[in-house]
Amino acid sequence: MNTNINMTNQEYSDYVDKKAKNSPIIKNVALAFLVGGIICMIGQLITDIFKNFGFSKDDTAIITSISLIFLGAFLTSINLYSKIGKFAGAGSIIPITGFSNSVVAPAIEFKTEGYILGLGANMFKIAGPVLVYGISSSVAVGFIYWLIKLFM
Amino acid sequence: MDIFIEYLKVFVVGGLICVIGQILIDKTKITPARILVLFLTMGVILTAIGIYKPIVDFGGAGATVPISGFGYSLATGVMKEVDNVGFLGIFTGGIKATAAGISAAIVFGFLASLFAKPTIK
Repeated sequence: MNTNINMTNQEYSDYVDKKAKNSPIIKNVALAFLVGGIICMIGQLITDIFKNFGFSKDDTAIITSISLIFLGAFLTSINLYSKIGKFAGAGSIIPITGFSNSVVAPAIEFKTEGYILGLGANMFKIAGPVLVYGISSSVAVGFIYWLIKLFM
Repeated sequence: MDIFIEYLKVFVVGGLICVIGQILIDKTKITPARILVLFLTMGVILTAIGIYKPIVDFGGAGATVPISGFGYSLATGVMKEVDNVGFLGIFTGGIKATAAGISAAIVFGFLASLFAKPTIK
């Protein structure tokens, strides 16, 4: 142990950061990669299965997102998604199943505060901002695209 | 063998998108809600400037399943609708393309919360 009793606060906090962070970040990143990749492969599998049934490309995309959202909601409701999230981090947040989890988890949690202002209002606690910025940016893109088409 | 490479590409692309998010979480203490908003908006912007489409062509579900793929649907939807119906497409295109996902999240979320019991922490 080469700890120095005369360390400044800054040195000490750097030292703690170094000790505390190094190993988890590599493990966290590896787990996020693994779980995120697996969820995407499940999505690809659903897409390929429905493509084989003769659904169009647009329809399979819709079916895939509905299926994954259902999966995320189901795993959240049986309290399994939060367990996956504990070790998978971003690997469980970023896929569409994580979006589903962000809708379902607060809805379940706030159900006790009533169906309208509890469940109904809190359902979009996280998904709300996602939709606000997603839809706004899509309208911005659409407007710019329309302008460009107008002058070209 | 082809199918193996196909799924490997999906795995790697999807995994890497999540890795970027994980690094942001670990390095900046950014909250999951901000991660979702950031990735979705990036998906919309990258699609609009033509960068995300090649990633989707390469990685398939690896690029469409992450929330940035939701942004890809929003952006491609709005541009397609502007092509088809003109000005009003600006307001209808994005949600039209993502309607199924949004409805599914609301309905399954509602049903799930009816049946699930809140966990005591």
